[in-house]
Amino acid sequence: MMCDFLFSLVCTGEIFELKAELNSDKKEKKKEAVKKVIASMTVGKDVSALFPDVVNCMQTDNLELKKLVYLYLMNYAKSQPDMAIMAVNTFVKDCEDPNPLIRALAVRTMGCIRVDKITEYLCEPLRKCLKDEDPYVRKTAAVCVAKLHDINAQLVEDQGFLDTLKDLISDSNPMVVANAVAALSEIAESHPNSNLLDLNPQTINKLLTALNECTEWGQIFILDCLANYTPRDDRESQSICERVTPRLSHANSAVVLSAVKVLMKFMEMLPKDLDYYGTLLKKLAPPLVTLLSAEPELQYVALRNINLIVQRRPEILKHEMKVFFVKYNDPIYVKLEKLDIMIRLASQANIAQVLAELKEYATEVDVDFVRKAVRAIGRCAIKVEQSAERCVSTLLDLIQTKVNYVVQEAIVVIKDIFRKYPNKYESVIATLCENLDSLDEPEARAAMIWIVGEYAERIDNADELLESFLEGFHDESTQVQLQLLTAIVKLFLKKPTETQELVQQVLSLATQDSDNPDLRDRGYIYWRLLSTDPVAAKEVVLAEKPLISEETDLIEPTLLEELICHIGTLASVYHKPPSAFVEGSRGVQHKRLPGSAGSGESVESPDTGSAAGVSEAPPAVIPSQGDLLGDLLNLDLTPPTTTGPPPPASSGMQMGAMDLLGGGLDSLMGTGFGAPPAAMPASFNVPVSGGLDDLFDLGGGVGMPMGVFNPPKTVWLPAMKAKGLEISGTFVRRAGVIQMEMTLTNKAMSVMTDFAIQFNRNSFGLAPAGPLQVLTPLSPNQSIEAALPLSTVGPVMKMEPLNNLQVAVKNNIDVFYFSCQYPISMLFAEDGKMERQVFLATWKDIPNDNESQFQIKDCHLNSDAASNKLQGSNIFTIAKRTVEGQDMLYQSMKLTNGIWVLAELRVQAGNPNYTISLKCRAPEVSQCVFQNYEMVLKN
Amino acid sequence: QKLVKAKMISPNCLFCHIIRQRSQRHLIYYHIREIKAANPHNREARTYGIRNFFFVLICRNYKGDVDMAEIDHFLPLLMQHEEEGLLCPVLSHGNVHFMWIKHSNLYLVATTNKNSNASLVYSFLYKLVEVFTEYFKELEEESIQDNFVVVYELLDELMDFGFPQTTDSKILQEYITQQGTKLEVAKSKVPTTVTNAVSWRSEGIKYKKNEVFIDVIESINVLVNANGNVMSSDIVGSIKLKTMLSGMPELRLGLNDRVLFALTGRDKGKTVVMEDVKFHQCVRLSRFESDRTISFIPPDGESELMSYRINTHVKPLIWIESVIEKFSHSRVEIMVKAKGQFKKQSVANNVEVRVPVPSDADSPKFKTSTGTAKYVPEKNMVVWTIKSFPGGKEFLMRAHFGLPSVENNELEGKPPITVKFEIPYFTVSGIQVRYMKIIEKSGYQALPWVRYITQSGGTLIRLQYNMTYCFRNVFYLSKGSDVEM
Repeated sequence: MMCDFLFSLVCTGEIFELKAELNSDKKEKKKEAVKKVIASMTVGKDVSALFPDVVNCMQTDNLELKKLVYLYLMNYAKSQPDMAIMAVNTFVKDCEDPNPLIRALAVRTMGCIRVDKITEYLCEPLRKCLKDEDPYVRKTAAVCVAKLHDINAQLVEDQGFLDTLKDLISDSNPMVVANAVAALSEIAESHPNSNLLDLNPQTINKLLTALNECTEWGQIFILDCLANYTPRDDRESQSICERVTPRLSHANSAVVLSAVKVLMKFMEMLPKDLDYYGTLLKKLAPPLVTLLSAEPELQYVALRNINLIVQRRPEILKHEMKVFFVKYNDPIYVKLEKLDIMIRLASQANIAQVLAELKEYATEVDVDFVRKAVRAIGRCAIKVEQSAERCVSTLLDLIQTKVNYVVQEAIVVIKDIFRKYPNKYESVIATLCENLDSLDEPEARAAMIWIVGEYAERIDNADELLESFLEGFHDESTQVQLQLLTAIVKLFLKKPTETQELVQQVLSLATQDSDNPDLRDRGYIYWRLLSTDPVAAKEVVLAEKPLISEETDLIEPTLLEELICHIGTLASVYHKPPSAFVEGSRGVQHKRLPGSAGSGESVESPDTGSAAGVSEAPPAVIPSQGDLLGDLLNLDLTPPTTTGPPPPASSGMQMGAMDLLGGGLDSLMGTGFGAPPAAMPASFNVPVSGGLDDLFDLGGGVGMPMGVFNPPKTVWLPAMKAKGLEISGTFVRRAGVIQMEMTLTNKAMSVMTDFAIQFNRNSFGLAPAGPLQVLTPLSPNQSIEAALPLSTVGPVMKMEPLNNLQVAVKNNIDVFYFSCQYPISMLFAEDGKMERQVFLATWKDIPNDNESQFQIKDCHLNSDAASNKLQGSNIFTIAKRTVEGQDMLYQSMKLTNGIWVLAELRVQAGNPNYTISLKCRAPEVSQCVFQNYEMVLKN
Repeated sequence: QKLVKAKMISPNCLFCHIIRQRSQRHLIYYHIREIKAANPHNREARTYGIRNFFFVLICRNYKGDVDMAEIDHFLPLLMQHEEEGLLCPVLSHGNVHFMWIKHSNLYLVATTNKNSNASLVYSFLYKLVEVFTEYFKELEEESIQDNFVVVYELLDELMDFGFPQTTDSKILQEYITQQGTKLEVAKSKVPTTVTNAVSWRSEGIKYKKNEVFIDVIESINVLVNANGNVMSSDIVGSIKLKTMLSGMPELRLGLNDRVLFALTGRDKGKTVVMEDVKFHQCVRLSRFESDRTISFIPPDGESELMSYRINTHVKPLIWIESVIEKFSHSRVEIMVKAKGQFKKQSVANNVEVRVPVPSDADSPKFKTSTGTAKYVPEKNMVVWTIKSFPGGKEFLMRAHFGLPSVENNELEGKPPITVKFEIPYFTVSGIQVRYMKIIEKSGYQALPWVRYITQSGGTLIRLQYNMTYCFRNVFYLSKGSDVEM
């Protein structure tokens, strides 16, 4: 702090001094002072305070000083727009200076000052400069139009600068043409539909002429611009190609790549039987190869592009495999890219060489490179069938090295080879099994487990092997867990007699002790399959697998086409379309290769089709799935009105329905298959819970008012059951926060301290959002109030009844357990008011099977009062209809886990009995909701 | 952040970046100061923390669409990638992309948020290094700081709004000089060259004696595998000019190019097939494309006119056989035999054979039949130097190293044996300069000198053969007699 302070003090002094020097009469001193200012600016000091003094130095015939002042202006004008106006006069004057260098400098700098007020003054000088006699000024002015367009597009259009810029394409000076093209391309890029660069054969011709004469950079601008043109026919295409090919001999790699882009694009239009087509193909290879002797960064760009070119036109480089051999001192990013291309070029003709190289690479030290090399061997095996055997033996050699990561990679790829060539190389399994212990990466473990499961009948001790993995089941990654589950099921289907215990073990691990929904789902599905129809299970689990494709990581063809149009750019380096990483380019049209055999159209149609599909699909698919599962539930399992398992809180409808299936299965399992454990293990040993539950069931209706009422507390944990600690409490929801309010009373003789609280997993994932705040020790006969905020993101498990909550409270004496029930309205979210339309649609959408009807007796409220009262508990009335003296209230509420409950409440004037119909995709909540209605309305 | 700090504590860790924005909008040099934090008692260092360790040396914002502060993310990103061993020339943070190159201890970084032309960016960054090197001899922190005024002027002239402009340093030097005062007197003008079609040569150049020197330099790359088979070989040649000609001369260069001979119907003499040719921008590419004529107006002074690549099977000119025996925990014994497989009358100069040794080797002992051997521990290699190596001869080098009893557990790479040498009076490909025609409107007589050989004075050997073998036949023999091949 002190240092910062001192530092700024020093600065202040310095600035004072500079100010004096800037206002000096001596030219030299002035110049030195401006230099000092710029130097300070360079190292990041703020010298904006000197703005007026520096601007005063602008009027000078010293070019160097002028440049420095301009530099200063560019940096600070934006922060001092009002002062920047002071400089305008000088700029305007400089734009008419006899020296073209100064004219250009002025117009260049003015364009860089992004202050609106200045741009107004820029128009006239710019207009003059665009028509300047000196090409140096014209080329600078051309760029300035693009600058101005960036600041104020409308102004540029109104002033007609775009037309002037277009005229410059016909300028006699190639530099001016190049800059005009660059500026127009830049502007066109931000206005894709402006049709600015309406390229026609005449302009193309001009561009091609300028191409021969302008600088290397100008050539790049022109080539990049040409690449956007679509020739009318193959003849025009060929003539452009002919005039572009000489650029392939340019020393600048960027010129070469831009030329390759134009050629790759225009080649699409050439008929394949044309002689010229073949010539062109031949001409492309040597320059691409030469790019590999450029600087490493340029090599990298070239390699990423070659990767695309090889996918689009493999014939170009098919004989050039050797140039992609990795050199010892290549940077790692070059090595990895070369490896990728080697695999793409691998064919029967060169596979021997490639394999020898890959084996060499696999013994290097760079871990990433080695891994990729091992993987590459596997890919060769899959790609070139004749080489598979050699690849496998090479991989076995590598496994013998016992280098940990080499072994693991090798096992991963051998798995793929097994899949591609079933029943061919299984003799190596023994060798693989020897390395079981050294596998510590999930992918390798999963691969090994897959192999064991797949070939269980040939491995004598497959059960032992798999069992050894099972020990640490919960520490494994999901990938391994899933694989292990499948492998053991496979094993069971193959050797049912010895492995029944094992399969039960894994099924229970997967379904009961795991929080992972994927794993649970897979577990339940297997379980159900096995229990209902083992033959069907065999058909499903041991079904023949589809062959894996030869080219695994090919770029999708439409993307590839687009990327070919972006050769040389960042998109081609990332292998992503520009829209994926450039902001504001979403609306920009995707570039396409010009259509030869109608490919353009065939590309277009699936695109639009899929777009439409995407927008319609989700609403159509998801509810139907829910229905399906709901039906399943109703048909097969528990009846809807009795409380089935509640959906978990985490991921909405679909998950919920899935879980219902799971929960219901258990009852089926109980009779069908083996001895599955209960779905809700009583892992929570609550000695008092039974009694308490009864108590609460009795009192539930009366003792638990809710919503806007301040509900009285009830005793949850009597002192006699908890060594003197008495807890009474209630639940409240305030402004969206659920709180558990408790009174803790010490009825023992000693002081109580160190309170803590924990919940068992419950239906809606209620969990303490913070620790229990009982800060002071609780003396005998003292009471303390504690409010515990709750969250709904905890672990989920279905409870019976649904709103039951098991709680453990700890203090310095012991741990005590109790259970209580929370009113379900605690979980009604504040945003539970459904749109009318949505309500109607949803109501229709939910099958009638899910509807439950209840009677609320002896309620003497009219419909409006009822509506108001319910609103306090986040039960929202959406519409009211009166039919024959009967009021129908349509209401909605949303549970914190995203489940919607829809209600229709019928109130007949003079009749104290209400009828309520509830509809919900998870019908088992209905009972709770009904109880809740009853409680709210009767209080 | 701790990680980054630790990295920087290595001595003399000076970094510098140039940042360019949009396809070419910013130029920023970053500099990391020598670390003060190495001294924990230094209060200042602790107060400023990490921010003090690097700052922008110089920067130029060409477009203004990327926040200048974005560069602060560059270094941590770079460190992170380096740490993971996944270094990449393109890094991105959010929607800002950094394209960078490293020149000695400076980083030149271009930033963009658009789909810029990446190859143009890298070409430009390298061009930048070239221009600055020609201006300041060395591109380093001090030269940037001492010449920041000129650097700004250059950055202004080299690129505008992200478009590279004039990047020819010879032309730039005509109107941007380090002596600012001179300009004032001359009332500087834009050299017309800047916008001319011939943007690489100024008018009005005068020499008393008109001469042009042509150097043909070929380098051969050979990759030999462990069995002594040549895996791949190519020749990369370059033709360099030193032009001392007045006015605007028109030059035409004739080579024994097979395609040209086929075109003109001549078939006498030895010809060369050039796989790929790259030309300086002065060469008329369309002319070459149509009739293989190399015609051009040369830049003044030194320049590389063309480079070419020839794909032929070349036998290694110096053949190497090696046996490296490693007796774990005790010693390494190396025997290298080098044989000149070229004409007896030729001599290879400055031959260097580099042999890798384990990193934990110590107490070297050497024996050579000629030349000297030296241990270079920081590169883990033995360098055997032979000043003059006549064709057909064979020499031997033996080396002995001790190994510690506690072995280094780290897996070491298998670097190849590399060989470097130069042979004057000789081109492997057989390429020849058949003629060089020089036509200037004043009609002067000019002399072309073709030099395949050494330059008089002998300090600079122009014709050099730079041959690299990558030997993979480094056999490590384990203790006892089991030989692993």
